[in-house]
Amino acid sequence: MVLQVSTRSSTRRAPLLTIYAALVFAFVYLPIVVLILYSFNREGVGGFPPRYFTLEWYRQLFADGPIWDSVLNSVIVAAGSVALALTLGLLAALALDRASFPGKALFRRLVLLPLILPGIITGLSLLMLAVFAGAQLSLLTVFLGHGTALISVATTELFAGLQKMDRAQEEASLDLGATPWQTFWRITLPNLKLSLIAAGLLIFTLSMDEIAVTFFLIGRDNTLPLEIWGRLRRGITPEINAISTLIFVFSVALIVIWYRVRTRGLGADARELLERP
Amino acid sequence: MYSRAYKAFVSLPPLLWVGLFLLLPYALMFAHSFWAVREGVVVHDWNLENFKTLYSNPVYFAVLLRTMRIAGSVTLCSLLLGYPLAYYLSFHAGARKELLYQLVIVPLWVSYLVRGYAWKTILGSEGVLNGFLQYLHLTHEPVAFLLYSPFAVVLMLTHIYTPFVFLPIYASLEHIPRPLVEASQDLGAGSAQTFFRVILPLSIPGLLAGATFAFVLSLGDFLAPLLVGGASGTMIANVVQSLFGAAFDWPLGAAIAVCILIITISLLFLSERVEKRWSFK
Repeated sequence: MVLQVSTRSSTRRAPLLTIYAALVFAFVYLPIVVLILYSFNREGVGGFPPRYFTLEWYRQLFADGPIWDSVLNSVIVAAGSVALALTLGLLAALALDRASFPGKALFRRLVLLPLILPGIITGLSLLMLAVFAGAQLSLLTVFLGHGTALISVATTELFAGLQKMDRAQEEASLDLGATPWQTFWRITLPNLKLSLIAAGLLIFTLSMDEIAVTFFLIGRDNTLPLEIWGRLRRGITPEINAISTLIFVFSVALIVIWYRVRTRGLGADARELLERP
Repeated sequence: MYSRAYKAFVSLPPLLWVGLFLLLPYALMFAHSFWAVREGVVVHDWNLENFKTLYSNPVYFAVLLRTMRIAGSVTLCSLLLGYPLAYYLSFHAGARKELLYQLVIVPLWVSYLVRGYAWKTILGSEGVLNGFLQYLHLTHEPVAFLLYSPFAVVLMLTHIYTPFVFLPIYASLEHIPRPLVEASQDLGAGSAQTFFRVILPLSIPGLLAGATFAFVLSLGDFLAPLLVGGASGTMIANVVQSLFGAAFDWPLGAAIAVCILIITISLLFLSERVEKRWSFK
């Protein structure tokens, strides 16, 4: 990248700025630390300091049927969304990269819209479609909502992957007599492997966490965030701290996997997605 | 090099899907905003009544104004926290840079709901903060005004959007060629002068991208007010949500949603324009 002529600017000390940065970190992490700490507090959430250690809330959590039903629902919806969004996102990325058709610019913006619009807009629009089509609200509508909204993530990620791909390999494959179908499976797809994994992980996490769109599309069966939401209306219980702590640990595990994939790989530029919201 | 059949095969499914599941729903939202409700049923009777109601009833305007104020505060606070952090990481963190960067990213992956819930347990009248204050004997009665106020909404949303604001700012700071900064210092500019005349202008695109993102997403948020906002923290999206729920006036709700949509898209368009003007390359 840029030549570092001297290291002066990066080593100059700025004690006030350092303290300020430490405070910002403290602010960002405070709620997470409190959340985890109080999931082990025998006296429940609230009060200071937390005095007696307990695993009681985790015991209750593991015995809680409805929570685990909702976890299963969320996993099913998330897995389905990954499949749907990756398939359509891959086709959309290929179309944006290789085909030209009327309304292409509009199509590009439309696909990305759910990423930038407040969830309530996308959620309500899809609710109106469901009512318009006479569809019953259920996990199926939630899955269609998540899958559709998250095509944006898959398209961004896979389009970036395609842009970095060496086109000559595909040309060689086609010139040497492979059919477009063979070329797709043997050249294009393997080259996009890292982008596909990164996008898949991102979509899975986003779907597991999604609440704004889900809120309007949910039927009788809850996803995990909506199950937690319903309980919050009835009051705070340390069990929610326990499940939140588990979600946190799970998310961090996914990030670690994601970075492993990224640092090993060439393209997979999901950071770009986050940097350019 | 790609055949017509190939192009059609990759373009048609996403085009049809997006048309059916994105374009059609958004169009339905627009259509609803021109319809009406009679005797509890939505009738397809095209009119402008909903927009007239929004215009003439000061309540909607007041809520919109409060929403803008909250979204503005969130944006400002996120910038005040996120910019210095990004500046520190980019220019002063040295070898710890990569680790600290990852540390900013981690909370981004922690569920929105979980973070909102955490603030609820901290701010409540029997919450952690009140426990802490009483432990220090700073107060003997619980401080009740913390939770269920616009303040709580701003706090929670600032917490959520600070990492989002940080990312584009950090990216634009990292793209500033270091020799430019050194040239400024070698030519006799002090640190403050270098910052305001070289670094800040060059980071405007990142700053704008982050600010737009925080503002737009706060503007349409309805969960933070439900979670920690209480009655005094109600925002415009809550009005939409209640019109679609208990109040059952979908057309009026859709009209407000259309207004939010228009504000959002104009802001994105505007910020993209300004960003382009300020980027160097």
